[in-house]
Amino acid sequence: MSALVPAMELSGVSVNFGSVKALQDIDIKVYPGEVHCLLGDNGAGKSTLIKVLSGVHRPSRGQILVDGRPVAFRNPREAQAMGVATVFQDLGMIPLMSITRNFFLGREPTRSSLPFSRMDKERANSVAKQAMADIGIDVRDPTQAVGTLSGGERQSVAIARAVHFGAKVLILDEPTSALGVHQAAMVLKFIIEARMRGLAVIFISHNIHHAYPVGDTFTLLNRGRNRGTYAKSDISRDEVVSIMSGGEDLKVVEAEIEALLASIAAQRPAAAL
Amino acid sequence: MTAVEQQVPDLTSQENRFGIKPKRAGGADERLAAANWFTKLLRRPEAGAAGGLVATIVIFALLPGAANLYSLQGAMTFLTLSAELGIIATATALLIIAGEFDLSIGSMIGFAGVVIGLTVRELGFPLWGGIASAFAVAVLVGYLNGLIVVRTRLPSFIVTLASLFILRGLSIAITRAVTGRTQIPYILDDVPDPATAGLFNGHVFTGFFRWMAAQGWIAARSDGIPFVTGIPASIVWWLAITAAAGYVLTQTRYGNWIFATGGDQEVARNVGVPVGRVKISLFICTACAATLLATIQVMEAGSADTTRGLLKEFEAIIAAVIGGVLLTGGYGTVYGVLFGSLIFGLVQMGIFYTGIDTDWFKVFLGLVILAAVLVNTYIRTKALGGGRSR
Repeated sequence: MSALVPAMELSGVSVNFGSVKALQDIDIKVYPGEVHCLLGDNGAGKSTLIKVLSGVHRPSRGQILVDGRPVAFRNPREAQAMGVATVFQDLGMIPLMSITRNFFLGREPTRSSLPFSRMDKERANSVAKQAMADIGIDVRDPTQAVGTLSGGERQSVAIARAVHFGAKVLILDEPTSALGVHQAAMVLKFIIEARMRGLAVIFISHNIHHAYPVGDTFTLLNRGRNRGTYAKSDISRDEVVSIMSGGEDLKVVEAEIEALLASIAAQRPAAAL
Repeated sequence: MTAVEQQVPDLTSQENRFGIKPKRAGGADERLAAANWFTKLLRRPEAGAAGGLVATIVIFALLPGAANLYSLQGAMTFLTLSAELGIIATATALLIIAGEFDLSIGSMIGFAGVVIGLTVRELGFPLWGGIASAFAVAVLVGYLNGLIVVRTRLPSFIVTLASLFILRGLSIAITRAVTGRTQIPYILDDVPDPATAGLFNGHVFTGFFRWMAAQGWIAARSDGIPFVTGIPASIVWWLAITAAAGYVLTQTRYGNWIFATGGDQEVARNVGVPVGRVKISLFICTACAATLLATIQVMEAGSADTTRGLLKEFEAIIAAVIGGVLLTGGYGTVYGVLFGSLIFGLVQMGIFYTGIDTDWFKVFLGLVILAAVLVNTYIRTKALGGGRSR
């Protein structure tokens, strides 16, 4: 990567919950203009890691650095203020409120600073529409309720909001997991768009088919440990899958299933007819 | 975007084979039905209440006694009833939209009246001083209600249920301990301050009404003074509060925070909305609205009664719900509450004028609540584009 200073770095981070070691000695460097995929099967520590990155949990040991400086987030708002924006799976949006109202929630543009000063709704609507158009989303009507949007559209609004409000590091928690093929493709496009704007994108997923096409770097987590960070040129899709599942090759699983099916068929030969 | 588009494989062959139109081909989404003006109107949260109001007006117009109900005097009577409910219902609606309840407002009405009565009669306060004391007490009660709810995270339903009993008990106990009775009469008799009292029990447009009487357009007594001397101050307060609340809710940042607090308080908190402050300030608003109503009633009656405001908290919630406010929070308008309060006042007086046994009022009320909730649920699904409900 061209930049020398990582936009965000974890150095020797461990998280313990009582006697449970959720994360151990995690080192990750994420550079501006890079999509860094954090991959892992269920229970690998992805959720804990994202909570450390976004400021929900504080590491038991180790350091977090933003632009080379050590930081200690006390809550997600502090992380946001330092340019680390996280789009959680609940998306931080309120379904019954309009796109614009959600977009500006907590950062409403007003004409003066008095508590009851008029909210500049015209400007808010046009800014929200423009911010989404910038990353390639066409909003039919910014006053429609977020609840009327599809999952992919909601995800896109959340990403557009983070980009618009000056995020340097964009953390996406399983952004494609609940989406259909078309919608997932749409979200993946926005991830690339964000990368081209120079953001550092941390893309957490367990779906290699979504992560591999857009990722530049892959960090593989397994049972709370970092199993290695690889540039895309150094690792194939199959290798990623194999490491993610802890060496348990899918082919082995397939063979086991086939053997099981064969034994069932052997026990009940008449059932097939 | 060019880098991405180059990776997109050519789907034309697949399209031919399976007969599907690729979604990325663009164009208008054929499933997006064009919303006509009627659907748009129906999607407004106050639509149900507006329709209900029209229906109620028509029904009572067809019943006997309509002439009296829709006379100037009859209209002023039900408008005053609507106004008194509307004042507390509007504040209640804002609090419900923010996701909380205040069951103590009925007791607060009684308590505020007692504060005015005792400070003026027993402590010799001037009238404005007594009213100011009542509002100071209201701010304190609202603040405590809000603080307990925010700090303990207990349901406000329970916390304010406790305040309901505490305030009612205090009203009766203190009044009886000091005066030996449960009513405080003659509050206005020894304090000649018609200017202050007039703010709450006066009438506006009196000149206009006298002029209309002189023209013979409205009924007047033999000395030329019309039966209806003007528009009561309570109606002016009601409309002013509705307009102010409507502005705050839809046009200001604070209004956005109210919706967000009721919509999802964790999400709101994470983006920096001061959820606790929003809730506490709204609890103060409901207590102050109750005190305003109490002041109006005390100024009109000249006396305070410890049992005033009984069950008013439920009437306020009913008016809000009829008005399209979602009981679970996050959705609603104050204009709907205006309609809800009008329905309430109209039905209450309508049943009286038509000669229907007033015992039936509560049965009717129950049915209206049920209908309102059903309509609300329907409208909310409409607002969310149908099919989804959460």
